[in-house]
Amino acid sequence: MTTDATKYLSHLELGEREQTFLDSNELIINMGPQHPATHGVLRVILKLDGEKVLGTECVIGYLHRGVEKIAENRTYTMFNPYVDRMDYVAAVSNGLGYCEAVEKLLNIEAPPRANFVRVILTELNRIASHQLWLGTHALDIGAMTPLFYTFRDREEILKIFEKYCGARLTTHAFRIGGCLYETYDGFERDVKKFVDFVRPKIDEYEELLTTNRIWVERTKGVGFISPKDCIALGVTGPVLRASGVKWDIRKAQPYANYKEFDFEIPTGQNGDTYDRYLVRLAEMRQSLRIISQAVQRIPEGPIMAKVPKVIKPPVGEIYHSIEAPKGELGYFIVSDGSTQPYRVRVRPPSFVNLQALDLMVRGQLVADVIAVIGTLDIVLGEVDR
Amino acid sequence: MLDYITSYLNANVTPGQAGNMFWAFVYIMVVFLGISLAVVAMNWLERKALAHMQVRLGPMRVGPHGLLQPIADAIKLLLKEDIIPERADKAVFWLAPFMVVMAAFTTYIVVPFGPTHAITDMNIGILFMLGVSSLGVLGIVMAGWASNSNYPLIGALRSSAQMISYEVAMGMAVVSAVLMTSLNDKGIGTLSMIGIVQAQQEQGIWFVFKYFPLGLIAFVIFAIAMVAETNRAPFDLPEAESELTAGFHTEYSGFRWSLFMLGEYAAMIAVSSVAVTLWLGGWLRPFPNTLTGPGWDFLFSLFPGATFLLLAGFTFLGVMRMPKHPYFKIQTIGLGAFGGALGLIGLILFVPLVRDRVQDIYWFVAKVAVFMYLYIWYRATFPRYRFDQLMKVGWKVLLPTSIAALIATAIVGVVLK
Repeated sequence: MTTDATKYLSHLELGEREQTFLDSNELIINMGPQHPATHGVLRVILKLDGEKVLGTECVIGYLHRGVEKIAENRTYTMFNPYVDRMDYVAAVSNGLGYCEAVEKLLNIEAPPRANFVRVILTELNRIASHQLWLGTHALDIGAMTPLFYTFRDREEILKIFEKYCGARLTTHAFRIGGCLYETYDGFERDVKKFVDFVRPKIDEYEELLTTNRIWVERTKGVGFISPKDCIALGVTGPVLRASGVKWDIRKAQPYANYKEFDFEIPTGQNGDTYDRYLVRLAEMRQSLRIISQAVQRIPEGPIMAKVPKVIKPPVGEIYHSIEAPKGELGYFIVSDGSTQPYRVRVRPPSFVNLQALDLMVRGQLVADVIAVIGTLDIVLGEVDR
Repeated sequence: MLDYITSYLNANVTPGQAGNMFWAFVYIMVVFLGISLAVVAMNWLERKALAHMQVRLGPMRVGPHGLLQPIADAIKLLLKEDIIPERADKAVFWLAPFMVVMAAFTTYIVVPFGPTHAITDMNIGILFMLGVSSLGVLGIVMAGWASNSNYPLIGALRSSAQMISYEVAMGMAVVSAVLMTSLNDKGIGTLSMIGIVQAQQEQGIWFVFKYFPLGLIAFVIFAIAMVAETNRAPFDLPEAESELTAGFHTEYSGFRWSLFMLGEYAAMIAVSSVAVTLWLGGWLRPFPNTLTGPGWDFLFSLFPGATFLLLAGFTFLGVMRMPKHPYFKIQTIGLGAFGGALGLIGLILFVPLVRDRVQDIYWFVAKVAVFMYLYIWYRATFPRYRFDQLMKVGWKVLLPTSIAALIATAIVGVVLK
């Protein structure tokens, strides 16, 4: 008996199941929304031939909160905390993207000191996001231990956030026009200490996994995606870079003050899960590089630009994108000249990257679906918004 | 009646061989309770050791250092609602966990804890052991089938494929060990578990070191295959949590689920004892042939007591490191009492009469404990194999290697004779 929910899936070409000897027909499995490895409430309908995946269909929307619609009923300032709740793993990046988009619309610029603080916090958040990804990805593939190591180290980042703005996850650290809070005493020292602390820890993760035979076998050649397909699907972030495309918005369309820092864009060649793993680890190291440069050069000065009390951008529209840990995070804001945005559209990297799932797992095995969901690094809060 | 009971006391064979039903029954009870206790202890140890490898504490709340956690869990599981899915095949669903437990526990009939400390000794002991332990897969397949659900079905299919594949390599490794028993003057080998250990004693070498590295290869193959046989990480595909939620026991809960766990851990101990018996000299103490003489005998006989005193020492160290707050008073006292009990057992084990009796059991259990620790270690270290890779390792690596090792053992055995 097929369940009713799967009937509408046209492209899986379900139709009537064939009755064969011993009833050995294809199996349709609902993976999720309650499943330990779908990273939240993603539901993937799998069509299986034994262990082989014949096709997948993602069903999303279980975490839909209508963030974009909410924006139309809030002022620009009031909407700011909502963006943190989209990609709650990298809330700081979300805030940065939104604040910069509105700033562009208002035609103001954050002061240099604010930019430095923003870069430090965003890059810290990138490390935290990648650490969480690494832990859960490894757990999906069956390695339990890295999860606890990465969470132990991520805690140090969250402590810095907590000291800076009082929140650990949904930080709401940035405001339109700069940052609300001045850095606390010892902020630089804490960040420097963290950089020294986490550098050997990244080597430790590598020691656990990079040359681990089973890890390599489970990830090499799994979930391949070609650069052409990546570009066609609009896949961005580490997934794109692991396929060999050197595209990082921090370099391509620099925002904040990324132009001032010296860092590289790590890329892979094979476009498989193993390369994506290596690219993300290299990115963590590059982030450390940026942080240590920024924390040394952090200038004195105001932390907030002169922003009108009531934010009322002129009529117009703006698209601004930043390089979030998961890929290109874009905000398209239409202003009708009032205090509330006429329309806000978010381009979430997770949602776009998730579209590559079917392409990546067709013809592979069930276990690979899990590995690929992990390697795409999706956060359902962002997919569903 | 009393004569019947006492008549066995001077026998130097197992109660099963002596045909003494009373003592056989006593041994069965002791082994059953001992294994159940070992499973409980293993449960706690696994959680603690795994936790410490993963920079966390593990159970700490129920009892000092979580010592009572397995008991609390057992009570919780027993009191849980017993759910049988509506569409399940109820009879098979009911029977499956018992199959797993029965298969795991029946194997202990032939496990030799010492030259006389076994329920019975069969002349086909190792064959019996392998045969019965592979019945466990039947329970798993039954569970997966009867649940009438997709995930358990896939788990059960994986499980049966995996067990059949690894059984072959495992069997080949076992054959090469059995072959080694026949390399004596008479040229007669044995399949009896006790006989295999005695053969190692006579030949003066543990089979793991015999014809280095041939014995070692067979042992390593067995050690890998037995992890796959018991569905443990990195071969835990049938219950791969991240893929199949809980695999074949997804639909099970409460007491039935705990039976699966009991069966799994009992099977782990069972296959470890096979490995110990075949390659690591079973109950023999280290260097039984080179370090001989009453002095060495005496020294090695102190090990059981010393081990328990060491454990007691660690426990008392834990007592000293307990927080001094009155809130922890009862826990501190409890931990102290536990340490005291361990110390007392240690002291009793120094009594000459006891010392000589438990020595064999001690060495056997110690060797099995090493394997149990390895199981935990694997689980903390390795990611999970994928199904096709698992099959590849089984058929393309382990099987050819084990056959090659078997042939090489035979050739070397003939040549060197």
